[in-house]
Amino acid sequence: MNGMMMTPVFLWTDIMIWVLFVLIVIGVRQIIKDPHKRNQWRSVFASRTSMVSILVLVMYFMIALIDSVHFKVDSSTETSNHKELVSVLDIGLEHLILNSERTYSAPFALQEYSSSVVYNEQGQVQQVYLPLKNVAKHIDMDPNLVAYDVLSQVAWAFMGTLGVLIFISIIHGYFYFKSLAENTVAVKEKSLPWGTAYVTLFIITLVSFSLYSLSFDYHVLGTNKVGEDVLYQSLKSIRTGVLIGGLTTVVMLPLALVLGISAGYFKGWIDDIIQYTYTTLNSIPGVLLIAAAVLVMQSIMSNHADWFGSTEERADMRLLFLIFILGMTSWTGLCRLLRAETLKISQIEYVTAAKAFGLKPFSIIRRHIFPNLMHLVLIALVLDFSGLVLAEAVLSYVGVGVDPTMPSWGNMINQARLEMAREPMVWWSLLSAFVFMFVLVLAANLFADRVQWVLNPRSKK
Amino acid sequence: MFAYIVRRLLFAVPILIGVNVITFALFFMVNTPDDMARAQLGAKQTTPEMIQSWKQDHGYDKPLFFNHNSTGLDKVSDTLFVQESLKLFTFDFGQSDSGRQISSDIYERMWPSLAIALPTFIIGLVTNIAIALLIVLFRGSTLDSITMGVAVAIMSISGLFYIIAGQVLFSKTWHWVPISGYADGIEGIKFLILPVFIGVFAGIGAGVRWYRSIFLEEITKDYVRTARAKGLSEIKVLFGHVLQNGLLPILTGVVVVIPTLFMGSLIMESFFGIPGLGSYTIDAIQSQDFGIVKAMVFLGSVLYIIGLILTDISYTYFDPRVKLS
Repeated sequence: MNGMMMTPVFLWTDIMIWVLFVLIVIGVRQIIKDPHKRNQWRSVFASRTSMVSILVLVMYFMIALIDSVHFKVDSSTETSNHKELVSVLDIGLEHLILNSERTYSAPFALQEYSSSVVYNEQGQVQQVYLPLKNVAKHIDMDPNLVAYDVLSQVAWAFMGTLGVLIFISIIHGYFYFKSLAENTVAVKEKSLPWGTAYVTLFIITLVSFSLYSLSFDYHVLGTNKVGEDVLYQSLKSIRTGVLIGGLTTVVMLPLALVLGISAGYFKGWIDDIIQYTYTTLNSIPGVLLIAAAVLVMQSIMSNHADWFGSTEERADMRLLFLIFILGMTSWTGLCRLLRAETLKISQIEYVTAAKAFGLKPFSIIRRHIFPNLMHLVLIALVLDFSGLVLAEAVLSYVGVGVDPTMPSWGNMINQARLEMAREPMVWWSLLSAFVFMFVLVLAANLFADRVQWVLNPRSKK
Repeated sequence: MFAYIVRRLLFAVPILIGVNVITFALFFMVNTPDDMARAQLGAKQTTPEMIQSWKQDHGYDKPLFFNHNSTGLDKVSDTLFVQESLKLFTFDFGQSDSGRQISSDIYERMWPSLAIALPTFIIGLVTNIAIALLIVLFRGSTLDSITMGVAVAIMSISGLFYIIAGQVLFSKTWHWVPISGYADGIEGIKFLILPVFIGVFAGIGAGVRWYRSIFLEEITKDYVRTARAKGLSEIKVLFGHVLQNGLLPILTGVVVVIPTLFMGSLIMESFFGIPGLGSYTIDAIQSQDFGIVKAMVFLGSVLYIIGLILTDISYTYFDPRVKLS
């Protein structure tokens, strides 16, 4: 990106995901300060599966974060191949955008996937597989050398990974021995599965290094119909998935909390109205309510095209709307849970005592009820995450998901679906989308299970 | 009992009115008929006359709540809200954009939807309960943990994957069943096998986990200990006591789904080319046919509320301790 003007741009979803990040950091600090919570979360991470899951989740979240810092590139300068709006991730993966091909090519292929008709020097018609434009230049596209080249690049990545891990373990060791010397190390600290954590970290780093190194010379996951790199698309889709999974519950949290607590605490006609509201919303089938709302939104957006500066901004606005609409249909469940729990808590003696002391309702809710609802909120956050990521794919397939120009697993599946009829099949686009989605959802599910088991006071331990 | 049902049905009326207000607000107030006309007619250079004639064709050229030009009762009744929204209560859904009667379309398409949804539901329920009972029998063993691991994995894979993989394997590669289509009667069975199988398989993960937790909760109760103390074998304890008592929460939990089976599955039906209500809805969404989407939203809410009432009734029927009041 040499010599180009770059001005930072803040999309709405960028701001939201960074706010979410700050909230998580604040939450972690709170947990570290409070010994009881600290112990609870230590027990979450004491399980090997949740240690692996959290590392995978952190990896996805980090990619989503670096994909959420956008710059506007002054497109008047040279290469028109660029999109107007680029993120830090785009800058890191610039070679993948520039190395696009003409059409389909299989993973690690040196030729196009389907043959094309060309005229040779004698003017005869020939069916040939055209070589790809941007692969394996350094080995002169010699098919015999590909396997060796891949292996040697992976070997280099292996060395790099070892280096990184040694560096991390030195830092880890420094803090461990420091706390040992200051005698602040908790006895239970040893019980965390550090071995598993290191193995996971090793695998994640090795895969990322190898993929990154190989992506300069090959289309590791192939290319799609218009020749775009599938690895690039899959990585760009992470942001969409994480945003929908992570933010949907968060944006509706204030509403669910206020309504749920007031229904449970004040009872009477307030309770009746709130119950009526969520029963009504709940009785509309989710997909249909989302579809109806998205259709209406689409119609409004197409009638007011002048509201949005660029296609990216429009796509971003649509994603934001989708998050709110999904939140609209999903807050009812949490609201009902919060209401029931508030009803139960407000019967307990200490709340009665607080009332007898003349505390105002607001301070009773703040001091005695709200802190006892936090576990429900956290459980809802992690439980909803995986379902929402899967829902995005289905909604995009139905045509009421994210904007068709926005990279997302649902859009990838939707575009590749028609290619299943081809003979032989174009499978890599579909499989990449499914695998990237599966890893995220599986990690989220496993982590959610553990969090629920630890935080739910009713689960038997 | 009868009085209770009548009372519950009366409770449903304000909820349905609420649903109507929401859909009305979405379709006519947020997105005015003028906007709809512009979106449907496409081009930006649509003239006011074109919009007016489109609105007349669809009967959308009336005021929202109050008609000043009419006389008497028509002042209220000759409005969009009464004509387009309250009319739904008589199950008169009007015409779709292609000029067909929505009500008769829904009636026709209900049966193919049911032909897929009902077998999927029943076979799924039986399979899930059977697997859950089996792993409860072997609880705490390696089999248990492996099954639970597989269940989480099944849950974590997108439903779209099962459909695409199933079609590629069973239809494209092995040619066991046709890839998509539908026929009435006996011939239709060959079209139904694959979607039903995929539907059942995709539901195993969540189902088994849920039923297992129900059975495990049941198995710690006192009566089970008594039964074991009397010398009953584990099999007899499971099938004689745990299954019967565990079925209560399972049944009351699934009853709410039964009426909504009529609605069909959006994804299944569109992938397998089944002319049911699911694909009807998807087509309507993609062609932006607001009339059909509105009708399906209303129908879905009605069916859901029927499901809620059935749940309450099934509670009293299966568990005499619960009294309706």
